[in-house]
Amino acid sequence: MKDQAMKHLTASEQVTDCAELINAVGLHARPSVKLTQLAKIFDCRVEIALSADGPWVDAKSPVKVMRVKAPRGAILHVRTSGEGARGAVDALMALVRGGFGEAMDEQADQSHG
Amino acid sequence: MANVGIVIVSHSPKIAEGAADMVRQMVGDSVNLAFTGGDPGGGLGTGVASIREAIDRAWSEAGVAILVDLGGAETNSEMAVEMLDAERRGRVVVCNAPIVEGAVMAATEASGGSSLETVRRTAEELSPP
Repeated sequence: MKDQAMKHLTASEQVTDCAELINAVGLHARPSVKLTQLAKIFDCRVEIALSADGPWVDAKSPVKVMRVKAPRGAILHVRTSGEGARGAVDALMALVRGGFGEAMDEQADQSHG
Repeated sequence: MANVGIVIVSHSPKIAEGAADMVRQMVGDSVNLAFTGGDPGGGLGTGVASIREAIDRAWSEAGVAILVDLGGAETNSEMAVEMLDAERRGRVVVCNAPIVEGAVMAATEASGGSSLETVRRTAEELSPP
């Protein structure tokens, strides 16, 4: 799985990981809010991107995350650095892999945003 | 520390209520939230007194951010703020942002414990100058 491919820990305590968006709507309105709220819990720097090369976006900024608008099937990359970087990556990856707690069935869930 | 509260002021009570529903369902209940809109006769409008009451309902020691729609919603909100005690007046801001998106973004920022100024900046980031 591509899920595990990017996991590594550098000397500067930067952690990256990635996972496919599996929920029906991808990173749209409600998932964006959930991701931002979760990122804000952590003191470390938290960024997301749709490519390992960036551009990286501050995951604690509701407006910037909302503008990412990634569809289902896109690979979401998460990069954290600083105190608690590993815990933050793990928490965000759990949210993404859990489909943001939303429906996975595209046909049954066109109304979500 | 308390989270910044959010007040939604629309000419339409349905828009005010609907925007508040979106905040509650998307952001949750970790921020104080109040909404007001419409005139007593059931028409469109906003009133200074009802905006003041909404500010009281959403009050937080961290302050209150107000999201408005058009014209009178903004001027009446500014008047309502002017009428607050001096101690509270400095902790209420009217955001220059679209009402629905601004309310959701402001509440998301507020739910993380951000300051009033950060909450306002996030809402206003939606409409660059």
